[in-house]
Amino acid sequence: MMASSYTAKEEDGHHSGSAAAGGPGSSKSKKPDNTAFKQQRLPAWQPILTAGTVLPAFFVIGLIFIPIGIGLFVTSNNIREFEIDYTGVDTNSPCNRCSQTYSWNISCTCSVPFSLEQPFESNVFMYYGLSNFYQNHRRYVKSRDDSQLNGDKSSLTNPSKECEPYRISEKKPIAPCGAIANSLFNDTLELYYIYPNGSRTLIPLVKKGIAWWTDKHVKFRNPPGNNDNLTITFQDTTKPVNWHKPVYELDPNDPDNNGFINEDFIVWMRTAALPTFRKLYRIIQKNKDNMTPTLPRGNYSLEIAYNYPVRSFDGRKRMILSTISWMGGKNPFLGIAYITVGSVCFFLGVVLLIIHHKYGNRNNNADIPN
Amino acid sequence: MLRRRINLLFGGDEKRVDSRTIYVGHRPCPATEAFIPPKFCDNRIVSSKYTIWNFLPKNLFEQFRRIANFYFLIIFLVQVIVDTPTSPVTSGLPLFFVITVTAIKQGYEDWLRHKADYEVNKYPVIVLEDGRSIRKESEKIKVGDIVEVVEDETFPCDLILLQSTRDDDTCFVTTASLDGESNHKTHYTVPDTEKDLQSLNATIECEQPQPDLYKFVGRMHIYKTDQEPAVRSLGPENLLLKGATLKNTKKIYGVAVYTGMETKMALNYQGKSQKRSAVEKSINAFLLVYLCILISKAVVCTTLKYVWQSQDGQDEPWYNEKTQKEKDTYVYLKMFTDFLSFMVLFNFIIPVSMYVTVEMQKFLGSFFITWDKDFFDPEIQEGALVNTSDLNEELGQVEYVFTDKTGTLTQNNMEYIECCIDGFQYRNSDSMSELDGFCVTDGPVSKLQQKAGRDKEELFLRALCLCHTVQVKEAGPDEIDSDQVDGLVSELSQPDEQRGFIASSPDEVALVKGAMKHGFTFLGLENKSMKIRNRENNVELYDLLHVLNFDPVRRRMSVIVRSKSGETLLFCKGADSSIFPRVRQEEVDRIRMHVERNATEGYRTLCVAYKQLSPEEFAVADAGLRDARLALQDREEKLMAVYNQVETSMSLIGATAVEDRLQEEAAETMEALQGAGMKVWVLTGDKMETAKSTCYACRLFQRGTELLELTVRTLEDGGRKREERLHELLLDYHKKAVQDAPPVKAGVTRSWSTANQEYGFIVDGATLSLVMNPSPDTNSSRYKSLFLQICQNCTAVLCCRMAPLQKAQIVKMVKNSKGSPITLSIGDGANDVSMILEAHVGIGIKGKEGRQAVRNSDYAIPKLKHLKKLLLAHGHLYYVRIAHLVQYFFYKNLCFILPQFLYQFFCGYSQQPLYDAAYLTMYNICFTSMPILAFSLLEQHIAIEYLLDNATLYREIAKNAMLKWGPFLYWTVLGIFQGLLFFFGVKYLFSNPALQDNGQVFGNWSYGTIVFTVLVFTVTLKLALDTRHWTWINHFVIWGSLAFYVFFSFFWGGIIWPFLKQQRLYFVFANMLSSVSAWLVIILLILLSLLPDILLMVFRKPRGPHARQMKRRLPSSGTSTIFMLSQTTSTHSFSWSD
Repeated sequence: MMASSYTAKEEDGHHSGSAAAGGPGSSKSKKPDNTAFKQQRLPAWQPILTAGTVLPAFFVIGLIFIPIGIGLFVTSNNIREFEIDYTGVDTNSPCNRCSQTYSWNISCTCSVPFSLEQPFESNVFMYYGLSNFYQNHRRYVKSRDDSQLNGDKSSLTNPSKECEPYRISEKKPIAPCGAIANSLFNDTLELYYIYPNGSRTLIPLVKKGIAWWTDKHVKFRNPPGNNDNLTITFQDTTKPVNWHKPVYELDPNDPDNNGFINEDFIVWMRTAALPTFRKLYRIIQKNKDNMTPTLPRGNYSLEIAYNYPVRSFDGRKRMILSTISWMGGKNPFLGIAYITVGSVCFFLGVVLLIIHHKYGNRNNNADIPN
Repeated sequence: MLRRRINLLFGGDEKRVDSRTIYVGHRPCPATEAFIPPKFCDNRIVSSKYTIWNFLPKNLFEQFRRIANFYFLIIFLVQVIVDTPTSPVTSGLPLFFVITVTAIKQGYEDWLRHKADYEVNKYPVIVLEDGRSIRKESEKIKVGDIVEVVEDETFPCDLILLQSTRDDDTCFVTTASLDGESNHKTHYTVPDTEKDLQSLNATIECEQPQPDLYKFVGRMHIYKTDQEPAVRSLGPENLLLKGATLKNTKKIYGVAVYTGMETKMALNYQGKSQKRSAVEKSINAFLLVYLCILISKAVVCTTLKYVWQSQDGQDEPWYNEKTQKEKDTYVYLKMFTDFLSFMVLFNFIIPVSMYVTVEMQKFLGSFFITWDKDFFDPEIQEGALVNTSDLNEELGQVEYVFTDKTGTLTQNNMEYIECCIDGFQYRNSDSMSELDGFCVTDGPVSKLQQKAGRDKEELFLRALCLCHTVQVKEAGPDEIDSDQVDGLVSELSQPDEQRGFIASSPDEVALVKGAMKHGFTFLGLENKSMKIRNRENNVELYDLLHVLNFDPVRRRMSVIVRSKSGETLLFCKGADSSIFPRVRQEEVDRIRMHVERNATEGYRTLCVAYKQLSPEEFAVADAGLRDARLALQDREEKLMAVYNQVETSMSLIGATAVEDRLQEEAAETMEALQGAGMKVWVLTGDKMETAKSTCYACRLFQRGTELLELTVRTLEDGGRKREERLHELLLDYHKKAVQDAPPVKAGVTRSWSTANQEYGFIVDGATLSLVMNPSPDTNSSRYKSLFLQICQNCTAVLCCRMAPLQKAQIVKMVKNSKGSPITLSIGDGANDVSMILEAHVGIGIKGKEGRQAVRNSDYAIPKLKHLKKLLLAHGHLYYVRIAHLVQYFFYKNLCFILPQFLYQFFCGYSQQPLYDAAYLTMYNICFTSMPILAFSLLEQHIAIEYLLDNATLYREIAKNAMLKWGPFLYWTVLGIFQGLLFFFGVKYLFSNPALQDNGQVFGNWSYGTIVFTVLVFTVTLKLALDTRHWTWINHFVIWGSLAFYVFFSFFWGGIIWPFLKQQRLYFVFANMLSSVSAWLVIILLILLSLLPDILLMVFRKPRGPHARQMKRRLPSSGTSTIFMLSQTTSTHSFSWSD
């Protein structure tokens, strides 16, 4: 409206300014440019999507998808996965006592025996899984201070407001602050292989390489200062209320895995997408000789330092052992989905072919009178 | 409104309510004791809306008055105030963007206006003050100032002409910039003013400012020292309008009467009422649906949240305690803020950007109309003009076309054909040599005896020469002189057509030229005497005493002249209907036959009558006219009364026939419009026979068409009361046209439905007013509905003898009828303005009758034939484009937000957003906006040539077909399907979040990013599937958008952004791409979501120019590509078919 009223104004002959926006080129008496764009005659591709052209595509999709699906399905099936729930809900389960007499200060241990029916080849990945744990709750997700975790000095002593109510404790700033850090999963899991003779041996668990490389090396950083003595760096801060030990004692033996760059911590800080999730805990490297499987079939015992309460919110804790393929962990969904879609496409192709055969003929007949 | 404000401002003075008094030169007058200089506004033109100071608040206020902007502002404020899941930036940024862009655009336009204003206001003018000429800036002119204007300058304000350098006290102006009439108009000085303006002592009393350019009433009191004050009447001929240009006159002096914003020009530039298109109404309806979806989503989530929280341990588990503030909040308030938070989270379903994109599409799209070289008319060197871009798509929805006849269907290029004098017909021969007599008569009766008497002939020709307001075009004063010196020679040496005549109506020129062909030449008007050269090459002089102007109500005009012999003669010409009752009846019958025959041949006829006035009669008439002209109040009515009194008992001398040729391709255009399913109504002021013949010529009526007449003639046939007859006829026609007609089958084109009887309906103005405003006792509404039903069942309707207001009435009646059809009015003259403004779409033709129609229209085209392309091609394409744009926008936001909604079920109804804030913000602004904008500007699902050749295609989109609930439902279901697919597809993938080959797991931001990636690719590819016309721009924006998305995601996740509180997406995208499973699921989901569309496209019957060629190709196709892409220009799109 405004534009047009301006155009009218311009016509009053007092001046000949540039053409107003509303009436492009209106007052000019020039012949419009004969360009392809202005005449809407730009060269154009004109795709035609018809049964005839789509039919082969359906077959092609079918032919590509079904093999991929089968491949995925087979791969997924070849992945060994073992899962054990050690929450201790049942009265007769080993961890029942721990789960009931739970208190933050007293550590409780329990051991869960299990046996593997099949050997696990190659690297085995050990996960812990939590159920009904809403790591994706909004209040929870935002309760962190990434600049503190990135080693920002000022954020260390003055954490973000988002960390409330886990920001200040005993008048000292909490490092790392926030609900996520505060609820760090602190069960300790150890795995023993039980020889048939009853003696048992501890399986070595590697705790490196479980977090994203970029997280470990860029996103998470300890505050600047004496790297060997994190105690001084963190001296003005206090540990999260639920933690047993301060952040600089997460892994006292390895300075590269201590403080904010502790990999268990980093893994935990990557909030899960769904309330039932798993997180990578440890890696069991394959044997050097490559002759024996990483985890031979037989009896095992899972020793748990049971620190983490889940029964208050009706949660579950699991330990998962899994091998990994090129597509990741075991998940039959992709394979099935690919096979299904491939078959549907193939089927549709067939149906279309039949329909099109009749439809096309009928149409051609109908065309003749015209 | 303005007047009231003025009264408020300068009020208290009761006298000035209806008139203002101006003291010429600010000199107090002896008559008024106390000279109070009245205050009027200054001469500053303010067309700008804002100043620097009030721009921001005023512009913001205006913008937030729009309901959509206000809604987004509320959402933004909620985000600022309440603890909401997304930061205020996500909705603030787009809103800010929209507001800023609009503000910049409006600011720029206002700046241009300021610049124009400045130029006008600072323009130097010369003002006479105390005997000296003082240069002033234009804005400093005050009412009462005496202003000097020199040749070729525009008048700085409305002036009363006091003095001119021309001898005859006239000046010439051209009002091309006001109404487009480029002829020179003569304006007169106020008679008897003193030559010395310094000693002039006068007051002017005139009406308060009003916008009618052609109306002015005033009175000038001239005080001379020792005489009674003289009173002179002032009319429009004394008023020089601001904006007009002085021509052929060296210098004039005038006194300013209206200044600044009170000038007629300024009053005329008030905005028109805004028209809204049907698409916009659909958008609003859809918006309501989506608002309901939004609210119900928020309600569902809020309810479920509290149900869920009431379970043990879910509300506040130990790992996720509430802050103190949250704990303290009152629970109902918490519920409310939760509801608001969900609203905010889902508010993207109603996109801000849609409004921007729609506006941009309309604005940019309208350029294609102005750019179209097919609309360029070499004659007037102009193309089409778009006055509003809001109605582009409405051009594709027109159901009723109301067209003017003269100048629209016909060229308004009049050519004198023949005349009839005293019952004898004189057909014009093209030979110019017959100066000595017109012996060429109509073929079979070509006997000399059959001619009328010589006296009658000459009287008739003199009448033609005298009774008009034509001016002879003066190239310059020199030429006039030479004309006078050796006039005969120069006249004879040049063909007569070369003589330039200027008149407001082309009929007059045709008649004067016609008289010239018969030997009587009008030489011009000098000193109020008209010079004509008769057949003997003698110059005759007639004193022009009075001109009784033409007006459409009287439908005639007269002049009163005094010949040299002292006779006072009144010549009158006008429409037969207005002349016949005023002449002696025995003369009528001889001429009526000719008139009617000429009318049926499609000529415009005028009757000429004369009357000799006795001195007494003249004295009476003269006094009456002068009195009426001086009247300040009701001058029009008084003049009319005197005119009617004078123009009686005349004697008829003859009639003329003038041909008005059809516009180029008028018939083809009309046929195409009818083929496109539009009903064409001709509304004309012309007489029935003429209009009917034009309709036949335009093929609106065809041989087989049965005409239903509802005119005064048919009403009076029965010899009964008109009302009764009307009732009877209406019922009869209704039975014929409506009840007996078989129901119209959809899709049957008119040209093929020969089996059906076609009806044409003819109604005239008098009958129409009987129908529209019947006497109160009759069942009035019944007439109207009967009438409407008959009209709707006729292929063409002709309404003749219409007054301008009746045209608008008809349009309004159809517009408000059942189903509220979209109407289009097309016309070229001032009398069409009312219907142009009334119709949904008003089209002006840049014709010969001035610019008023063009100025009031929404679109202006040079010729009628351009209407075909404007509607069938541009309108069709615009409609398809914008309909697709709207549907697509709703669809893409539905499948954008649905996963976010579903995610609430898995995150404890905590309003956790699925996507990162950057994605939420950028989705509509960057990632998916350009492809649809390009699509909505460039798409040609059917080639333009094909659209023009097959008018029936227009029917496919009639009645807003693409924005009905059906298609809307389809898009909505598609959006829901895809949204579900995206979310659950990824959810099943995440049942094991260890998706990388190193066993590491993905978190919630990876989840969102995968869904978002699928989403962006799917909606973009969906558009790609719908695109039928891939120019390089489409390729560029579609693939460019996707590339930009990938690039942006890398970039956004590649850096630790210092200004972000949380580095949520740090390397999320890169990690996602390193996972084979993520790739596989993305490909799978994209394909699966597009599958229904591909299937539907296959099953849908192929349309357009490809329909046939595709069918031919089908059996042999063995190619393995999804798309058969043919690189071809759209112009050669047929070359595909062998």
